[in-house]
Amino acid sequence: MNRNVFLPETLPELLELATHYPDAVLYAGGTDILVQLRAGTIAPPALICLERITALRFIREQKNHLVIGACTRLTDILESSPVAAHLPVLRKAVRVLGSPLIRHTATIGGNICTASPAGDSLPALTILEAVLELHTSEGARRSPLHEFILGPGRTARRPGEILTAIEIPKPAGFNIHHFEKVGQRSALAISIASFAALLHMSDSGVIEDARLAWGSVGPTIVTSKAAENALIGNRLNHDVLTHAAAIARAAVSPIDDIRASALYRRQVSGNLMLRLSDYRHPATTDTRHIL
Amino acid sequence: MEGTTILNIHFTLNGVDTTLEAPADRRVVDILREDMGLTGVKECCGSGECGACTILVDGKARLSCLMLAAQLSKRNVTTIEGISTGNDLHPIQKSFVENGAVQCGFCTPGMVLSTVDLLTRNPAPSSEDIREGLSGNLCRCTGYQMIVEAVRTAAEKLRGDAS
Repeated sequence: MNRNVFLPETLPELLELATHYPDAVLYAGGTDILVQLRAGTIAPPALICLERITALRFIREQKNHLVIGACTRLTDILESSPVAAHLPVLRKAVRVLGSPLIRHTATIGGNICTASPAGDSLPALTILEAVLELHTSEGARRSPLHEFILGPGRTARRPGEILTAIEIPKPAGFNIHHFEKVGQRSALAISIASFAALLHMSDSGVIEDARLAWGSVGPTIVTSKAAENALIGNRLNHDVLTHAAAIARAAVSPIDDIRASALYRRQVSGNLMLRLSDYRHPATTDTRHIL
Repeated sequence: MEGTTILNIHFTLNGVDTTLEAPADRRVVDILREDMGLTGVKECCGSGECGACTILVDGKARLSCLMLAAQLSKRNVTTIEGISTGNDLHPIQKSFVENGAVQCGFCTPGMVLSTVDLLTRNPAPSSEDIREGLSGNLCRCTGYQMIVEAVRTAAEKLRGDAS
């Protein structure tokens, strides 16, 4: 108890604090850090709260990208029309993250920097090929999301470095945006397994392109070129999906924990693919239908 | 760590300009309950999972167990004690009473304040919207049916009052 809590209002103020107090813990919404603080699993000498930095809260639509400020709250993402129009897979993932109370507070940058294997936005951001913008008082750099998250709770964030924005290319051509998570209940459940998919289905129902990612079934987000290739050139029929599901079960590397066994997670990672059969008829692939 | 950790915090609490001294990292739920005596703010899980400690911060439902003293600065905070006028219950509170949506009452302040937030954003929610809107508030006494009904009739009443 009795540690300082800094409340910077601008990015330069924040960068100065982050340089000056390298041992301070940053928090945006605090939905994870403040729980850890209370549980005593972290005991930083000081905290830096990011909630007042309005310059880090924005959703900007550009020609080929959306850029989302790191401190944008999940509620703002859900209410954003550019996100609904261009990133339905992200919207679907955020919609089942936590609860309305959590989403009013929690931020997209927080979900990334927490680097939980169960972070619900991460499979979607991975297949959307999100690129992170990171700043220090010295300068800026960019990093693809998949290179930034190293393991459970571990990122490539350098001391004094701040995640400022997430740049997400508008995914051209993908007419199916799918996300599903399995938890012990529907709200406020930490994912046991989650699955995000972007598919380009032709008018005749053949998959032309596919990007797939699983959450909560490995130390970081799992992707599988082999499972994607098992869909490409095929229709979403039972045989194709069963074959791809078997590949997915081989690709994941889940653990046993208090929420589920590794065996269950492996099985359900494949089963989640079978849900893609809901989109097997081209008439159902309109993204408006699946929102 | 240099600098003072006891803050002089200025904020608005239930419509009243308030100044208090508190350690910067004291939880808002503790300030409200223990320092300000506002025991309508409940604490149950202390980790953001139950919604019992819900308050309104600048009109939006927030979890007071996941907020630190420093974050109160310049905010407008409303607790369950602040939503009624004199002895008149807020229409949402009335609707909870009339629909039997209260059993032990522990979750009720959070439920009511989450309902204020929900109906501000969506004045005509479907039953599904209500369940989704209150999904961060747990009731362990009974089912949610009467709570959902209370929110639905409160929404109707508030729409009637507004038109």
